[in-house]
Amino acid sequence: MRLLFDKNTWQEIFGSIGKNRTRTIITVIGVLWGIFIYVVLAGASKGLDNGFERTFEVVAKNSMWCYAQNTSIPYAGYKTGRRIRLKVGDANILRNRIPEIQYIAPVNTKGAFGGTGALTVRGLNSNTYAMYGYYPDLARITPQKIYDNGRFINDQDIEQARKVCVIGERTQQEMFEKGEDPIGGYIRIENIYFQVVGVHQYQRTTPFGSDGDIFIPFTTFQKIYNTGEDVQFFTVAAYDDADAAQVEKDIKAVLKNLHNVHPDDERAIGAINLGVIFDRIIGFAKGITFLSLIVGLATILAGVIGIGNILLISVKERTKELGIRRALGATPNEVRTLIILESVFLTMVAGLIGIILGAAVLNLINNLTQDSALPYTNPTVPIPLVIGALLVMVVLGTLIGLIPAQRAVRVRPIDALREE
Amino acid sequence: MIEIKNLHKSYKMGSNALHVLKGIDFSVKEGELVAIMGSSGSGKSTLLNILGMLDVADEGEYNLDGMPIKNLNETKAANYRNKFLGFIFQSFNLINYKTALENVALPLYYQGMNRKKRQEKALKYLEQVGLKEWSHHLPSELSGGQKQRVAIARAMVTEPKVLLADELTGALDSKTSYEVMDLIQQINDKGNTILVVTHENDIAHMCKRIVYLRDGVIVKDEKVKQVRAKEYVQ
Repeated sequence: MRLLFDKNTWQEIFGSIGKNRTRTIITVIGVLWGIFIYVVLAGASKGLDNGFERTFEVVAKNSMWCYAQNTSIPYAGYKTGRRIRLKVGDANILRNRIPEIQYIAPVNTKGAFGGTGALTVRGLNSNTYAMYGYYPDLARITPQKIYDNGRFINDQDIEQARKVCVIGERTQQEMFEKGEDPIGGYIRIENIYFQVVGVHQYQRTTPFGSDGDIFIPFTTFQKIYNTGEDVQFFTVAAYDDADAAQVEKDIKAVLKNLHNVHPDDERAIGAINLGVIFDRIIGFAKGITFLSLIVGLATILAGVIGIGNILLISVKERTKELGIRRALGATPNEVRTLIILESVFLTMVAGLIGIILGAAVLNLINNLTQDSALPYTNPTVPIPLVIGALLVMVVLGTLIGLIPAQRAVRVRPIDALREE
Repeated sequence: MIEIKNLHKSYKMGSNALHVLKGIDFSVKEGELVAIMGSSGSGKSTLLNILGMLDVADEGEYNLDGMPIKNLNETKAANYRNKFLGFIFQSFNLINYKTALENVALPLYYQGMNRKKRQEKALKYLEQVGLKEWSHHLPSELSGGQKQRVAIARAMVTEPKVLLADELTGALDSKTSYEVMDLIQQINDKGNTILVVTHENDIAHMCKRIVYLRDGVIVKDEKVKQVRAKEYVQ
């Protein structure tokens, strides 16, 4: 320990490290590369992790979509293949029976899942867009980004079945002139004039949707298309602490019960469960993080072994020098410490440079991906991981240094001196 | 200063042992300049190695300045070497990436002396061997004679009880050899005890006493009239 903090020791170490620059540099590059890969991998996987987090941040993580199809099992006197229709009233029943549900919003669509959308015309411009009948609560389940001055559908819209709509960015571009304010403007959808109350920014948060989507109040949708009480699907958000998979199961059970569906019928009631998907993606991200950790550590290990290897050669080269040192009074311990400290020092320097370079590259990647759609945000390496890596390196550097150090001490000074 | 009684040493060479030293009795007083002569294989280097604590005898006693040298482990031997002995080698054995000054200062480093003091002292000894101006040169930039003088300064710097020189002129031409011997004689004149192993007659006769070794035993031990190396140095 005394040796470790002695200035003289370090002068000796710098002396012998500086002696063979090429060798030192090559050695350092080995470990540097290892820690560099480690930092970049760890940072990149963290960035991916953050990216996923950000992507899902905007949507309630425990949200799901629930829809109905044809039955696959005959039940209660009904034959198989019966089309199940969800009803608006189901929402209240679900809410009452399943306390884990925070929000539930029935949705109807036209053109979202195949079929033609709603024909939309303004002046000479016309196109068809997918149309959604929404309740205001939907914005609480999948938060909507509405451009300034605009708004989402509100309760009055629902109550009065107003002819208002929220349009997509693309719809705005295609229907309105550049620079023209769409808010308050009118567009003709399915031959009915709607007032535009907001423009939404498209977000990749739902399993469907596009930047041309038009949202109108659910009640208005019912009137236009005469859908009555039918609902295509429910959007549900469970409380954050609820088990998404269990809530999905409960919802399906209630709906099956309401619509006389066999409890084992897997096809009649379907669901896309973001909570479960989210868990899976988080698991995937965790897996990548773990993998990068393993790969990084393995690369560091390879680098450190390289250091050990080169020191071993160096010790062989320096047999005579070490013999001279011992003839002049270096104890075996001092020789051993010299070699080990050389190893640790090289490892540390290489490690620090590697971390700095890795951080620089991560920063570069971050700048390049800033505006891209990749799920990649703020790639950082957590400090504990960096410190852990450094510790691992010091420990490995010491251990690997032990081999050449032992080799150096094993040669008797008299034999070392005889060697030419 | 040095007292040796009944020293035996043999090396195992496969199944048979090579008996190198067969009972050496020998003593050196303070201030002596002794040459140990003998052909190769006579055991003179082995004797020097044992005296230098680089090797241990199988049998016999060794006292250095009244202190028995026995049961040495590597660490203890290293400390004794550092404190009591100075080595001069045939091939100089300077560390090639250290300057003359650093080479001379190295034994002091192992005494735990701080850098500044070390360099001061090393410079003083370099001055004594006439190489003050060369202190910042690497061994590769020095001539053979200069290298050996650096080595002598290095051996002297710890103020050892005994200087052990192993064929110190073996790698030098005769002119340089005499210069180096002149230096050795000057050091001896100041009262330092020096042992020189050599097989060169003229070098041996520049000492005050010659011990002849043959086949592991001392065959002759005589005081000689010292030839001053200065006479040969222009």
